[in-house]
Amino acid sequence: MIKARIKKTFPACPDSAGFSLDLELSATRGITVLFGPSGSGKTLTLDSIAGFVRPDEGRIMLDDAILFDAATGVHLPPQARRCGYVFQNYALFPHMTLRENLAFAAEPRPRLERHRRVNELLEKFRLQDIAGRRPHEISGGQKQRCSIARALIGSPKILLLDEPAQGLDAPLRAEFYEILRQVRSEFRTPILLVTHDLEECFELSEEMIVLHEGRIAQSGPPRRILDQPANLEVARLLGAFNLIPAEIRMLDPGRNRSRLQIGEFEIEGPYFPGHLKGDRVTVCVRPEQLRALPRNGRPGPNQIRAELKRVVEQPRGIRLQFEGLAVDLSRADYEAQHADEQWLIEFPCDALRIL
Amino acid sequence: MPIDWFPLWLSLRVALAATALGIAVGLAIAYLLANRDFRGKEVLDAAVTLPLVLPPTVLGYYLLVVIGRESPIGQIWEKMFGSPLVFTWKAAVAAAFLHSFPLLVKSSRAALENIDRSYERAARTLGASEWKLFWRVTFPLARRPIYAAAALAFAQALGDFGATLMVAGNIPGRTQTMALAIYDAVESGNGFAARVLVLVISAIALVILTFANRLAPAIVKPR
Repeated sequence: MIKARIKKTFPACPDSAGFSLDLELSATRGITVLFGPSGSGKTLTLDSIAGFVRPDEGRIMLDDAILFDAATGVHLPPQARRCGYVFQNYALFPHMTLRENLAFAAEPRPRLERHRRVNELLEKFRLQDIAGRRPHEISGGQKQRCSIARALIGSPKILLLDEPAQGLDAPLRAEFYEILRQVRSEFRTPILLVTHDLEECFELSEEMIVLHEGRIAQSGPPRRILDQPANLEVARLLGAFNLIPAEIRMLDPGRNRSRLQIGEFEIEGPYFPGHLKGDRVTVCVRPEQLRALPRNGRPGPNQIRAELKRVVEQPRGIRLQFEGLAVDLSRADYEAQHADEQWLIEFPCDALRIL
Repeated sequence: MPIDWFPLWLSLRVALAATALGIAVGLAIAYLLANRDFRGKEVLDAAVTLPLVLPPTVLGYYLLVVIGRESPIGQIWEKMFGSPLVFTWKAAVAAAFLHSFPLLVKSSRAALENIDRSYERAARTLGASEWKLFWRVTFPLARRPIYAAAALAFAQALGDFGATLMVAGNIPGRTQTMALAIYDAVESGNGFAARVLVLVISAIALVILTFANRLAPAIVKPR
């Protein structure tokens, strides 16, 4: 497992604002995802672990080896860290065949073992038929497999991946996820993967770490983070929520209920511990948790009136864009309803979260 | 009147030796400039560039100071080999080297810096030592522009006049290179020999430059 406490500051200078990274993370077996927007320090974290960057302060432990320790001045070179690294462009050596790429990586191993290990990985990643080709002669998916095989050949203690699926089309992406799942089940190597794609987090990871401006904003299983973002920042970063300003009008712990004022409407929500009547809060609810109904007559309980701005076609349904919020519904549901500009939006009482 | 071809062979031999020396020294300096951060890095780069802009007589003077009979290097050389270094073809090699290696350093530095860093990073995470990394990854990837630079340096070493004259002299049959022979031919009114030598050296330079241009453009980028 990896345990890292990293601090690194880049002072502001005329052509860039300063940046500081300050975080503590650990990752064990399985896939851990570092999620965050560009410029949040994801790659810097990865590079600190791999040894390309020297942090100002902190300590990085991989299993029982100290890779970096500011207090004692230990800073192992990347060669001695046993971190496998898969680069965004795969960085397969263009002047070597796939077999030579793997053999290059196998050289630190005992001589007798190398050949067998190279063949073993070529076979495991279905590369034996194209082992004699060079990187520019193979497909994107094959490059992916080869770069992961090359990173694994030295039996690293952790596998680091820097936005490996970025810019891939959907089939390649699916293929890549399949390979990573295979790696997770067949190798015992913990995997730390950097991405800014929420779907990728759900697809792959047991554990997700949300980074924002060099700090950890939240960590936990992706499902739990999506269910209850820790704060407004996280909710914004995930980009999957309606964030609606509201005011708490009533709190009733006995019935586990509350009342929230949104604009001119009042809706019912669950009891929110730790809040007071009159608090200004932000209601956080996902577009697919809301219901939209054509408006006939007065709003019922927990419904508000809204005027439709736009209908957005999406691969998995329809998104109705209203002023300040969006509702997702299936195409069938949308077509069954009378399409008009005036709608009612129903808030599900128990799914409401406030931040 | 028969033409004496000795200066041509001498020039080729001197230029070849100077280029070989230039690749060894130039590549090492280019590696430092491209990969390491140290104080005075840009001063070193400027110092390496100096021979490109200084008059050949200044280079010749510096060389006399460094390898002349009174200098420490000159004295060590004389003790080891029993004869002075100056006014031999080896001194001409030193002059041609000084004249041509700045170009080699400049181009090699650019070639090394042009390689995508992720290749080197990848090699490091795969456990390759810096030495192995350089010879197995960096150099093969930067090989073509470096060869092109070496070809250019060879052409330039072929053409040195002033510095060679000052440290190696103009001794026919011993240190008289092409450039000096052409000067002598013109001075002594031997127009035919001058024309032939001029055409020959121009043709050689043309071939080398064409060859260098063909090599140069392939700087490897990740695909």
